[in-house]
Amino acid sequence: MFAERVRRAGEPPLSPGTLPAPSLTPGQGLWLLAAAAVTLAPHTAYFPPWLSGLCTLLLGWRAWLSWQRQPPPHRLLLLALTLASAVGVRYAFGHFFGKDPGVALLALLLCLKLLEIRRARDIRSAVLLCFFMQLAIFFEDQSLPVAALAVCGTWLAIVALLALADPNAGHRAQLRTGALLLGHGMPFMLMLFLLFPRVQGPLWGLPADAASARSGLSDTMSPGSISDLGESPEIAFRAEFTGPLPEPAARYWRGPVLTQFDGRTWRTSSSPESATPSYTPAGRRFDYRMTLEPHNQRWLLALDFPGPAAAALRFSSANQALLPRALQSRSRFELSAWPDTPTGLHESTVVLAAALTLPDGYNPRSRELAARLTAGGGSDAAVLERVIAHLRGSDLTYTLRPPLLGRHSVDEFLFDVRRGFCEHFASAFTVLMRAAGVPARVVAGYQGGEVNPIDGNLVVRQSDAHAWTEVWLAGRGWVRVDPTALAAPQRIAAGLAAALPEGEALPLMMRQDLGWLRDLRHRWDALSNAWNQRVLGYNPDRQRELLARLGFARTDWTMLVGLLSGITVALLGALLAWASWQRRARDPLERNWQAFCSRMARAGHPRAPWEGPMDYGLRLAAALPQQADALLEITTTYARLRYGAARERADIRALKRQMDELELR
Amino acid sequence: MPDRHADRLLEAAARIILGKERELRLAFACLIARGHLLVEDLPGVGKTTLAHVFARLLGLQFQRIQFTSDLLPADIVGVSVFDRETSLFRFHPGPLFAQLILADEINRATPKTQSALLEAMEERQVTADGRTLTLPTPFFVIATQNPANQIGTFPLPESQLDRFLMRIHLGYPGRAAERALLMGEDRRRLLERQNPVLSIDELRALQHAAQDVTVADALIDYVQALLAATRADTALAAGLSPRAGLALIAAARAWALIEGRDHVLPEDVQTVFPHVAGHRLHLAGDARGLPPASLQRLLQSVALR
Repeated sequence: MFAERVRRAGEPPLSPGTLPAPSLTPGQGLWLLAAAAVTLAPHTAYFPPWLSGLCTLLLGWRAWLSWQRQPPPHRLLLLALTLASAVGVRYAFGHFFGKDPGVALLALLLCLKLLEIRRARDIRSAVLLCFFMQLAIFFEDQSLPVAALAVCGTWLAIVALLALADPNAGHRAQLRTGALLLGHGMPFMLMLFLLFPRVQGPLWGLPADAASARSGLSDTMSPGSISDLGESPEIAFRAEFTGPLPEPAARYWRGPVLTQFDGRTWRTSSSPESATPSYTPAGRRFDYRMTLEPHNQRWLLALDFPGPAAAALRFSSANQALLPRALQSRSRFELSAWPDTPTGLHESTVVLAAALTLPDGYNPRSRELAARLTAGGGSDAAVLERVIAHLRGSDLTYTLRPPLLGRHSVDEFLFDVRRGFCEHFASAFTVLMRAAGVPARVVAGYQGGEVNPIDGNLVVRQSDAHAWTEVWLAGRGWVRVDPTALAAPQRIAAGLAAALPEGEALPLMMRQDLGWLRDLRHRWDALSNAWNQRVLGYNPDRQRELLARLGFARTDWTMLVGLLSGITVALLGALLAWASWQRRARDPLERNWQAFCSRMARAGHPRAPWEGPMDYGLRLAAALPQQADALLEITTTYARLRYGAARERADIRALKRQMDELELR
Repeated sequence: MPDRHADRLLEAAARIILGKERELRLAFACLIARGHLLVEDLPGVGKTTLAHVFARLLGLQFQRIQFTSDLLPADIVGVSVFDRETSLFRFHPGPLFAQLILADEINRATPKTQSALLEAMEERQVTADGRTLTLPTPFFVIATQNPANQIGTFPLPESQLDRFLMRIHLGYPGRAAERALLMGEDRRRLLERQNPVLSIDELRALQHAAQDVTVADALIDYVQALLAATRADTALAAGLSPRAGLALIAAARAWALIEGRDHVLPEDVQTVFPHVAGHRLHLAGDARGLPPASLQRLLQSVALR
C-alpha cells in the first residue's frame, strides 16, 4: 500500500529548466520538522552545547521559512554554513574519524538538508538521515525513553513520506496510516529481535563507552568522599531475592576493604586472591539475582558473605568477591549470601599487623583518648565495649553535610565539630580501635536498599553507599561494628532519609512526604528494570534458552537463518491474507456484484464501465431471454440495495442466493 | 401514491402531445424539481402546446409572454399607475404574476428585459416601486428559444442559462405520431375540453416527495465523478459548478420519483445529465452549447463503481 502511494505521487512535475518554487507544502514541512526535532532531541544530551544550539537554530529557521512560506535560502549561503559547521566539528572534536564527530556531522547535515529541500528526492534523503540518526542515538543510550522517542521519530518520518506521497490527505489520516505501517513492521521487528543471532556483550557497546568515568564507590575513602554520593539517586544495583529478604540490619553489600590509613585517606592494600573464599559459609542462606550497573571496577558488591557461585568469581583475602575484569556493561549474577558466617578465625599475623598500623603525627587527641580507654586493661572485647560506650555518650550528629576538616580529621570530628557522615564515623572508630591495640579495618560498600513495591526488587542506589568497621577479636574473627549506628541507629534500620536530623535538606526523591513521587519512581524503576532484563539483557544465552524452550536444541546460525526466513515468509503471507481479507470484507454487496459482472463478462456480456445496473440488466435480459426474469430480478435487487435507503444483510444473502441459482445456458 | 399522480398526468398529456413521452416526462420532472424549463427548437413543433398542456392539466394560472426586441421590463413585471381619485400610485401587476409562464422566444428581448424575467425566476419575487411582491406558487417558467434564426437576437449569457434547470429539444414527431396528429382533432380544442387531472396540492405533494427520494453515498460518488470529469476535460471552457451538481441531483430525484422509485439510480442521473448539463457546458472557443454526442461521450468516460 505504501509503495503504491509513493509511486502514485512520484516526482512533482517540474521542468528541469525552470527554477522550481519551494515544493515543500506546509504539511510536509511540519512532519519533516517534527521528525527531525524528535530524532535530534535525545542527541542534544550528548552534543556540545554549541552544536545543540546550532541545530535548534537551523530547525527554527526552517520552521520560520515554512511559516512565512519563503523559498529555501540560497545554495551558496548553505554551502558556507556547511563548511563552517564542518570546521566547528573538527575544532570541537579534534578529528573527523570516530563515532562522536560522525554523529555530530550527520546531525548538522540533517538540519541543513531541511533548509535546502526543493524536490521530492530531498525529502526522501532527509527522512533517510532521520532514520540513521535514530539508530545513532543507541550508541549513547539504550534506555526505554530513548527507544520510545526513536519509535516516535520513525513514525513521524514515515508520516513525512506519506505527506510527500499524498499531500492532500488529512493529518489524522496520515498519522493513522503511518501507525498502521509501523504496526505492520512490528511482527518482523519482534522476530528479528528474538531470532537474529546475538553477539556477546551489548550490541551497541563501543570500546569508547567503556573507559568513560562512572560515579560510584572508589577504592579510597577520605572525609566527604561518600557523602558526595549521598545525594545521588542513581541506581547502583538491583537484587531480586528468590526467598525472603534479609532484615535491614543484615543488608551489608561489601565493597573494597580499606586497611591503609595515611592520616587522612583510607586505601585498599593488595591482597591475594583465590577461587574459593577463606571462610566456610554457615548459617542462614539467601539466594538472589543481582543486576549490577556498570561501575568500571572489579568488585561485585555482593551481600555479606558470598559463597561459591556459578559465575567465575575470585575472593580476596579480605573476603571481597571480585570479577575477573572490570564491569563495563550491566550484568546479572546469580548469588547466595550467608550473613551469619564467621570470617577470619585464623587470620594471618601479617594482616593483623597491617590492621594495627597508624601513621605518626596525626590525631594526637584520639590516641590519647584510646590510651585512656585501654588503661583499665581487659580483653579486646572489653576495650571495644568501652570505646562504643564512649562514642555513644559523646553526642555525635549524623549529617549529610559535614563541615570540612583539617589535618587531624579524626580529632576534629570527635572533639570539635562532632558532626559527620558514615565515613567520619567509620574512620574515627577504626583509628580509635587501632590506637587501642585492636586490629580494625574500614569496609566500604552499600547498606540497606529500598524494596520496590511494584516488582518486589530491592533497589540499591548510590545514596545507600556506606562505610563501616570490622574489628578482629580472637576466637570470633572479624566482627562487623557499624559506628554510624551508634549515633544514628535509624540509618541502618530505615535508611538515610530517616536517619538525618530534622530540618536537613534532603534530595527531592528521598523526601518522605512526597509519597506520590516515590510511587511514580517505583513504577518507573520497575519498568526500566523490566526493560533492562527483558530487552537489553537478551543475550546469546537467553536466546539459546528461549529457542530450547521452543524446541530447537541445535542453535547454529544455519538453523537461525532457516527459522528467520521461514517465519518471514509466514508473516508476509499472513499480512497479505489480512490485506486481501480486508478488501473482501469491505463490502459484501460490491463483492457479489463484481463476481456477477465477471461471470456475465465470461458469458460474453461484459458490463460497460459506465453502465448502470438497471440498464445492464435490461441489456442482459434482451440478450438472454430465457433468464430475463432472473437477470432483471438480480440487477433490480442490486440497484435497490446499493442505492436505496435501507440495506439488510439478509437482502444481500438473498441476492447472493439468486446469483448462485442463476444458470446460464 | 404520489407516483400514481405522475402517471395520471403523463398519460393525459401523452394523449394530446403525441410521440413525445420522454420530453413530457423530462418537462414534468423539471416542474416537480421546482426548476424552470428551456425549450429549444424550431417553430411549430409544439413548444407552446407543451406549456398549455401543463397549465391545463394542472389547473395552473397561465400567462404567455411573447418576447420581442421592444419589450420592456415593465411590460412583464407590471406598472404603477397614478390613481386620480385616491391620489396614489397603484401597481398593476404584469403577466409575470401567474403560476405558469410561457416566455416565448426569450432571446428576442433585450438583455434588460431578459434579466427582469430571469431575476424573477431566481428570486420568485419582483420588486416594483420599492415594494417587494411575491410571485404566486407554484411558479414555473417555460421559456422557448429558436436556435436556427439567430439574426437580431440576444443570446442568453451563461450565467442566465444557469437559471434553467433543464433544457430540452422537442424535435419533429415520429411518422406514426405525425400521422395521428394530422388526422386527429385540433390540439387546442382537445385541450379546452380537458379537465385538470392533478390539483395544485397534489403537485406540491409530488414536489415534497421528490425531496425525500434517497440519494445514496455511492450515487453522490458517481455525481462527483461526473462533475470532476467535466472539470478535468480540457476541451470544455469550464467544468460544472456545484450549483449544477445540485441541479443534477434535484432533477435525478424528480425523475426517479416519476419512475416510481424511492431512490436515485445512476441511470436517472445519466438520463437527466444531458438536459441539465447541456446548456451549462460549452466547448472552449465555441459559445454554443455542447452537442448531445459530446455529452454522451462524457457520460461514458466516467466509470460507475
